[in-house]
Amino acid sequence: MSTPSLKKGAPLAEGKRETFSSRKLFILSAIGSAVGLGNIWRFPYVAYENGGGAFLIPYLVAILCAGIPLLFLDYAIGHRYRGSAPLAYRRANRKAEVLGWWQVLICFVIAIYYAAIIAWAAMYCWFSITKAWDKNPDGASGFFMEDFLQVAPEAGVSLDIVGGVFGPMLGVWLVAIIIMVAGVNKGISRANGIFMPLLIVMFVILVVQSVFLPGAIDGLNAFFTPNFEALQNPGVWAAAFGHIFFSLSVAFGIMVTYSSYMRRKSDLTGSGYVVAFANSSFELLAGIGVFAALGFMAYNANSAVGDVATSGIGLAFIAFPTIVSAAPFGSVIGVLFFGSLVFAGLTSLISILEVIVAAFQDKLGWNRKSATLVVTLPVAFISMVLFPTTTGLYLLDTLDAFVNQFGILACALVLVIVFGAGLGMLPRLAKHLNRHSSIKLGTGWMVLVGGIGPAALGYMLINEFQTKITESYSGYPIWFNGVFGWGMAGALIIGAVLMSFIPWGKNSKLNDPEFEQHQKDVEAEEFPDPVGKEY
Amino acid sequence: MSGIAITFMIISMLTIWGGLALSLWNLSRHPEKQDDDIELAPTGNE
Repeated sequence: MSTPSLKKGAPLAEGKRETFSSRKLFILSAIGSAVGLGNIWRFPYVAYENGGGAFLIPYLVAILCAGIPLLFLDYAIGHRYRGSAPLAYRRANRKAEVLGWWQVLICFVIAIYYAAIIAWAAMYCWFSITKAWDKNPDGASGFFMEDFLQVAPEAGVSLDIVGGVFGPMLGVWLVAIIIMVAGVNKGISRANGIFMPLLIVMFVILVVQSVFLPGAIDGLNAFFTPNFEALQNPGVWAAAFGHIFFSLSVAFGIMVTYSSYMRRKSDLTGSGYVVAFANSSFELLAGIGVFAALGFMAYNANSAVGDVATSGIGLAFIAFPTIVSAAPFGSVIGVLFFGSLVFAGLTSLISILEVIVAAFQDKLGWNRKSATLVVTLPVAFISMVLFPTTTGLYLLDTLDAFVNQFGILACALVLVIVFGAGLGMLPRLAKHLNRHSSIKLGTGWMVLVGGIGPAALGYMLINEFQTKITESYSGYPIWFNGVFGWGMAGALIIGAVLMSFIPWGKNSKLNDPEFEQHQKDVEAEEFPDPVGKEY
Repeated sequence: MSGIAITFMIISMLTIWGGLALSLWNLSRHPEKQDDDIELAPTGNE
């Protein structure tokens, strides 16, 4: 890699800031970001565990009262201040910059392990054809842990590389870097324009195939039968708010970054509703497909659906391979399911990487290619050192659990407090959202963002803190969770503070003439010219 | 499937997929606007 020099021939950004060439491409990219692994492997089990059909009630309340309002907060900040997370927050208030760097570092941690899961899923597409797990005496579980990941007996840090994971991870990073280097329109938009329709078509075929499996009806029965008593449990409501919050990718910095690439006269709220409901629509489809398949698994094992129902890695890499081996046309189910995971994961990974790339691009003022390479190559390198190893699974598990709760959730809580109450910016942001949007926001939105948002996030964070402090996560050694769980979460905050101290250079986008024009346009709309312009 | 499960399946589909259809319909009623820079002398509003 040639290191770009700031002296002679510095690869500074040329021309205007990139924008999504159409609203359709923005919406598709935002849906691509929101629809990720969690929609497929998390939502079905969360819904089943928390009231089945009755979960719809807290779920809809969570979407309308927290998910969509917080999504609009992200849109408003990104679109009004037109920058990556650190720059947009800084433009809103100098002291808020640190929150942007916190999000950048959170995205860095997520990106390094997310690529590993995509690589596993890609390999499992191939294994679905060969049914490789049939050869292991312990079936899919033995194959995943022993043959494929070669997991070490103890949690720790090993640099023993597992070749079968290293190769596909390299491939994932190569694809991701090519997309990122190509930029917003030629890379991100185009990738989403191809992967998202493909994902939807593949997933619909998978669901149709699953519902015709024997026992599928029992799975759907288990998934949709309501348990109304569950609604009296505050934990069920917290699960709904928590799920929606992660599922919609709010407060990751992603939506701030993506909305900064939208045109000034964009229908922000109208687009946001489409993104939020498309994300939920996909989740519902996933619930039907996954529980139909689990119904078949239970039928085949002569057990109850509740005995085989699971989520996450266990669902994808242990339950599904078992279904693939037993079902008619099982290989087709496997390729469709794991292919869907790959596409859903890739479109989310690129949105996570964009948070980091955009932040460095703004800070350094470099062109797209140089900024992307200077960011993604080290990220890929760290990911390739830590995860295709015999201890990669332990590391992934702990990083994921802690970065979600004490990274994303904690940062989101601070963000809503700062922007909601602290800076008192909500009226201005509401005004901005309403300028060109089809669905207008009023006091209700401000109450939801400034009141319900912090209350729900605060409740979830305290709950998680109590759980994680009282027991060792996953039974791993204390030092392991201490370093890669608590230590990592703390390091992100320290790192963010340090990053915010680094001054913005003269080439940075802080004093971008293009933003000054944008600011002028926006302010002209905020203070309408009495002689009459189009508003 | 039991009657209550079928009822909740239909309600879920109607609210969530219906919500998507409704939001797409709303968006289609509001075509994209084109940006244009507003050429104004500095307003002193900064």
